[in-house]
Amino acid sequence: MQLIANIIVLAAIYALLACGYVLIYRVSRVMNMAHGELSVLGAYLLFATASLFANHPLTAIGVSAVLSIAVGVLVYVLLMRKMTGEMVLAAILTTIAIGILLRGLIVLIWSAAQQHPLEALHLSNPPIEIVAGARISTCAALIVLMTALVYGGLFTFLRFGRWGVRMRAAGQNPLLASQRGINLHAIYALAWALSTFTGSIAGMLIALDSGLDQTMAVIGLKAFAPALVGGLDSLAGALAGAFIVAGAEVLAIHYINPLLSDVVPFLVIIATLIVRPWGLFGTREELDRV
Amino acid sequence: MSRVPGASGYFRTSYAQDLALLRTGFERACLAAFIVALAAFPFVASPFQLDLACQVFLASVGSLSLMLLTGYAGQISLGHAGLIAAGAFTVGVLFREMNAQFWVTLPAAAFVGAALGIIFGLPSLRLRGLYLAVSTLALHFVVIYAGGEYESRRGFSTGIVIDPPSLGGVSISSGRAWYLILLIAAAAALLICRNLLRARTGRAWRAISAHETVAGALGIAVARYKLLAFVISSAITAVAGALFAYYRGFVSVEAFSLFLTVQYLAMVIVGGMGSLLGAILGATFITIFPYVIEGALLALPGAQSLAGLLFAVNYAAFGLVMIFFLVLEPLGLVGIWRRVQSYFLLWPYARRSPTGGRR
Repeated sequence: MQLIANIIVLAAIYALLACGYVLIYRVSRVMNMAHGELSVLGAYLLFATASLFANHPLTAIGVSAVLSIAVGVLVYVLLMRKMTGEMVLAAILTTIAIGILLRGLIVLIWSAAQQHPLEALHLSNPPIEIVAGARISTCAALIVLMTALVYGGLFTFLRFGRWGVRMRAAGQNPLLASQRGINLHAIYALAWALSTFTGSIAGMLIALDSGLDQTMAVIGLKAFAPALVGGLDSLAGALAGAFIVAGAEVLAIHYINPLLSDVVPFLVIIATLIVRPWGLFGTREELDRV
Repeated sequence: MSRVPGASGYFRTSYAQDLALLRTGFERACLAAFIVALAAFPFVASPFQLDLACQVFLASVGSLSLMLLTGYAGQISLGHAGLIAAGAFTVGVLFREMNAQFWVTLPAAAFVGAALGIIFGLPSLRLRGLYLAVSTLALHFVVIYAGGEYESRRGFSTGIVIDPPSLGGVSISSGRAWYLILLIAAAAALLICRNLLRARTGRAWRAISAHETVAGALGIAVARYKLLAFVISSAITAVAGALFAYYRGFVSVEAFSLFLTVQYLAMVIVGGMGSLLGAILGATFITIFPYVIEGALLALPGAQSLAGLLFAVNYAAFGLVMIFFLVLEPLGLVGIWRRVQSYFLLWPYARRSPTGGRR
């Protein structure tokens, strides 16, 4: 039972982070290697606002979420806007550079020591027993709940929302979309904002659960695996991929070797790329084969 | 060197001239001066400067091989650190297990690199762009994991110590000896790359990079040349890793993080895509950059309190430089150099700098 609970929690974390990759990739065909750092930045923003609104945890979370959206838009407007239509390598490298810059800035501002936003907010994180023999922390339960909410929200937004439909259109065919009067730059900025927002929520909740330092960005990189397994342009795929990767990782840690935890997602990536490079639910034409 | 009577300037009149490594007397003179300067350097430099030069040479070997793969053959790789690690670990393992000498370990490292190059390159037959980048990234983590496993299984949890190599009973440990060896290695790497690029292989790579379908239609064996690019580049990279292991005298997986890959990619970008000169300029820039930052930071008032932040400042500055070159100066240092060059060449006439070609 405990294993299943662990898988579900890890899958929720992965899913919440992976949807950020999918959102950006689907709209603008860019792989955002700074996603991990952006989510960590969200967590640090929470830590910063926690000291301002120590007695109002919800206000602190809300303010930092809004700030993280602003960060996402800024990253797009200031940097990534110039990279639209450039080579794949250049775009990837720019996001890597953004990640490195953010990492340096985070250490400069908040130091490399481990921080505990949970204590700064005067909250506690008691374990709860869901069913007999399986207990998870309150924050982990919150992560699962939040992931469900975010995915529900995104599905509705992309299917029924006016801007959601525009986002899908821009992703399918940017040229036609812009011909129909869709402001592509606004759409891309929106994708970056949504992606940073969901990533930051994930970062905040992980930080509340298990403390915060800048090495947390690694999990952001690992979360690329579920996005790829499910197909880079499919949200449902990201959800399915999250379960596959989390299942493989938890089982490998439990039955084989705890050191494998950092490698399993990448092994899954290799397996996917060999067998089905476009992922479970991805569009096949993405691959640009000759 | 044929000077057409009455012509002003330098014109190539045969294919042999087009292929020649050095085209004019001026270039030869420059090269000779450069070699003299390089040879004189160890006799005037301090040990610290000597170490810096050695690092630049090591980085040059690595960045040249990456330039071959990414800048010319157009294959994206995020697994460069994994290949360097593979070379370094080959040395470490062979030295520890069999007490092998460097004339065994260096070819072995090249061989391991070539074998890994096939593995790293296989996805490129099916995948392109982002997917290829991700597959090499994944392989990087697998190589690092294998290295880490070896360390912990054999009880070298902090790293493998390697004795300095010995040549004819004399162990090579002085800075000057290393300077000479690494200079030769870097020069050899440059010569190999240069020769590959001016021959059939290099032309095939450029064609593939420009347009794969057209390259195939021209009769180039696309799959074979892609794999060849990975194999050659990986072999050179692994040798760079092996030299790195000997130079440091120590191998540990911590040294081969993803950040190392990013540094090498930054060398290629900062130097300028598709230019061997760029690879060397980039390697020099990225290697010396952290020391410049350190010097600048320590020169500020209240330097002692800033010393702890050095790492973070370096990181942030590195990110900024990369963003600067990617967004504002995509042709890199070579692009700047060419602009300056053409400004002086065309001086009174062209006020606006003509946009130089990518290669």
